[in-house]
Amino acid sequence: MTNVRNLICTFKTQFIVIAFALSSQLSAEWDALNMTKGATEISREVYDLHMLIFWICVAIGVLVFGVMFYSMYAYTKKKNPVAATFHESTKVEIAWTIIPFLILIAMAVPASKTLQTMYNDEAGDINIQVVGYQWKWQYRYLEDDVNFFANLTTDLDEIYNKVPKGENYLQEVDEMVVIPVGKKVRFLITANDVIHSWWVPAFAIKQDAIPGFINTAWTIVEEPGLYRGKCTELCGKNHGFMPIVVKAVEQDEYDSWIAEKQAAAIAMAELTEKDWTAEELVARGEALYTTNCVACHQVNGQGITGIFPALAGSGIVMNDKARNIEILMEGVQGAAMNSFSYLSEVEMASVITYTRQSWGNAQNGDGEIVAPKDIVEYKKNKI
Amino acid sequence: MSAVIENHHNEHDHHGPAKGLKRWFYTTNHKDIGTLYLWFSFAMFLIGGAMAMIIRAELFQPGMQIVEPEFYNQMITLHGLIMIFGGVMPAFVGLANWLVPMMIGAPDMALPRMNNLSFWILPFAFFVLLSSLFMEGGAPNFGWTFYAPLSTTYAPPSTTFFIFSVHIMGASSIMGSINVIVTIMNMRAPGMGLMKMPLFVWSWLITAYLLIAVMPVLAGAVTMMLMDIHFGTSFFNAAGGGDPVLFQHIFWFFGHPEVYIMILPAFGIVSHIIETFSRKQLFGYSSMVWAMLSIAILSFVVWAHHMFTVGMPLAAELFFMWSTMLIAVPTGVKVFNWIATMFKGSITFETPMLFACAFVVLFTLGGFSGLMLAITPADFQYHDTYFVVAHFHYVLVPGAIFSIMAAVYYWIPKWTGNMYDERLGRLHFWLSFIGVNVTFFPQHFIGLAGMPRRVPDYALQFADWNMVSTAGAFLFGFSQVFFLFIVIKTVMGGKQATDQVWEGARGLEWTVDSPAPYHTFSIPPKVS
Repeated sequence: MTNVRNLICTFKTQFIVIAFALSSQLSAEWDALNMTKGATEISREVYDLHMLIFWICVAIGVLVFGVMFYSMYAYTKKKNPVAATFHESTKVEIAWTIIPFLILIAMAVPASKTLQTMYNDEAGDINIQVVGYQWKWQYRYLEDDVNFFANLTTDLDEIYNKVPKGENYLQEVDEMVVIPVGKKVRFLITANDVIHSWWVPAFAIKQDAIPGFINTAWTIVEEPGLYRGKCTELCGKNHGFMPIVVKAVEQDEYDSWIAEKQAAAIAMAELTEKDWTAEELVARGEALYTTNCVACHQVNGQGITGIFPALAGSGIVMNDKARNIEILMEGVQGAAMNSFSYLSEVEMASVITYTRQSWGNAQNGDGEIVAPKDIVEYKKNKI
Repeated sequence: MSAVIENHHNEHDHHGPAKGLKRWFYTTNHKDIGTLYLWFSFAMFLIGGAMAMIIRAELFQPGMQIVEPEFYNQMITLHGLIMIFGGVMPAFVGLANWLVPMMIGAPDMALPRMNNLSFWILPFAFFVLLSSLFMEGGAPNFGWTFYAPLSTTYAPPSTTFFIFSVHIMGASSIMGSINVIVTIMNMRAPGMGLMKMPLFVWSWLITAYLLIAVMPVLAGAVTMMLMDIHFGTSFFNAAGGGDPVLFQHIFWFFGHPEVYIMILPAFGIVSHIIETFSRKQLFGYSSMVWAMLSIAILSFVVWAHHMFTVGMPLAAELFFMWSTMLIAVPTGVKVFNWIATMFKGSITFETPMLFACAFVVLFTLGGFSGLMLAITPADFQYHDTYFVVAHFHYVLVPGAIFSIMAAVYYWIPKWTGNMYDERLGRLHFWLSFIGVNVTFFPQHFIGLAGMPRRVPDYALQFADWNMVSTAGAFLFGFSQVFFLFIVIKTVMGGKQATDQVWEGARGLEWTVDSPAPYHTFSIPPKVS
């Protein structure tokens, strides 16, 4: 008897263990299919609103579809050969106008409150300007004078299925936005060319980046970690390829990161004074060309007929050094070519020299290089 | 004098359609023009559908396999434009042409020559739009919403042709709407007061007013784009002192009523079908009319709910959230009325009724997700993700398109004189029903999990459900080719339809012969 009881007991425990394992796995899978709870107080409030309205819709659905399915089942011609003749009732109409209205008010109240909190627009402890470009993000830390671009690092071979895809396929960048936990971080979001949208689901922030406007959003992240997001406004051909990665760290780690960034910027400025050879500039320019220019002008410099002009064999790139610098610095009015003046002097010189030395341009043209000093000169003359 | 008129009348009675192709080019007959519209929209539906297949095939797996991102963007743009302006809208205009005169006891549309013109400019509009695929730089690639400055400064050269094409479509819609309004206002049979009109006629009267109100706004938007591109203005160019957000306000002031333009006639159709197959008078006729009117009026004050993330002030966000939520009230009333009509009815489930029932359930699902999207803070998470794609496809595919299919099955016996094959019709319904849900239901999850819309490639966590969605899309796509087969089969022959066709059908169109003669109601019927 005890044996049996034991056996039942064991079964019970096993059953509970299995059921628990199953349900936790199911709920984990469900979480992966649902809106994220996120990493901030606001994002949890948004999640709660989402679930509230979801369950209200489910309840209404069960009720309404319940009546409908019952009617479809119970009032078929077979079961009910003669239909009833009623066809109006003012009382019922008033009831099902007013009741939904009340439900809506019940939903509008918490939603309006959360929205108000989200719209708090006071300056943050840290203010970061976010600028959308085709197809990358620029981040400028306004207090600390730190400035960098974030590009997708996923390899083209992964995208074109030549090698297996990595775990963070299309969600990885070369420079993460680093922010400290527990501080109010405010993002000032704008764009340089077309409209983009800066979305980090874990913060419940989605703000359009619009040329000529500065939109703001703020967050206080509680836990250190990596938070991934994406551009969510169609911005041209590489819209699907400009992710966002935010790294939240403790304050001291953040401070040392800022210091490191500032030191790197100073080192870069010193390089401007150096005398550069064509080979050095080309070597540096190739990588810059890949991240900044390839999307339009293509790896082989041929561009795309009718939209993006070819650089290989271009008269300006081969022979007109002054105009070449001007286009890169100022952009072309009314065309997709933007100003790249945010590049440092060394970067600018390297990337121009790379295009002037590649694809046979040096052999067919004057073969002149552009040195960082030329860029400094250009900037001086402009003033 | 009276003898002359008499004579003229007689001549008309014997006047049949012209022979051969001329019949279709020169016709001023509302039934012929209705047929032209319906076939044209079917062709566009298949072309737009083929583009959807390309989109879904590319999204079958992560990575780029079939097309390049540039071409992908052209596909999503043309898919949207063709389905909206070429598929759904002309289909409803075709139904209006066929049905409105027959439902109100009029001999034809009020302005038959303009009717011919408003149809025949449409093929040219779409020829221009589709030809942009073969132009240098490719077709428009900025989404059917064509937000500036992506659609101006950064657009391919073919954008100018796109603008021209939209102008032609707009002209066609406006002419069609004027025709509908003039017909309904002036040509109702004696005794048919406004509140006695069939609901499909009511729904089209309201739709036509919406079209006349917003099509010029769209024309204005594309004209400003044209000026920005070619004549040096800066309406939408921030660098020139313009405002890219202005474009969105103008676009959605057109775009939101446009959404209701695509669903109000569906409300009318479904009301008739549910009433017929429940064999019970529609519940709450007058509240149905008022609900449609409220929806139409509200549609002018909710446009910015498409723009919650552009950075509007708090007051504007709150206003547009509340006004949007308010739309749920009249929409709810309509759903409740349909169900109350079925309640205690005597229901059979022929193909039109199956489509109508699916419409009520799935359109309501789309309404639920719409209500969720109205909640601004939550919209920050939903906006521009696949959740939105799921939402509007639920209201447009099992909403608008199911209603069009239901209408075809419901009235085709009257149009052709032949019954369609009920077994095949039901099979088509079930294939479509399963296909549509397998395609779009998982997209809710993909969107909530964080996949943006309008991307040709995606992160690995979205792979499984995208695969399911693509499988559903191909099922749905192929079942529409099957639909084409069923329609052709019915046109070619089939069981002779009676004049009444459906036991529970009400309305003047069922009092004429099947197939409906070339000219009906030359003498107006009396409506009691």
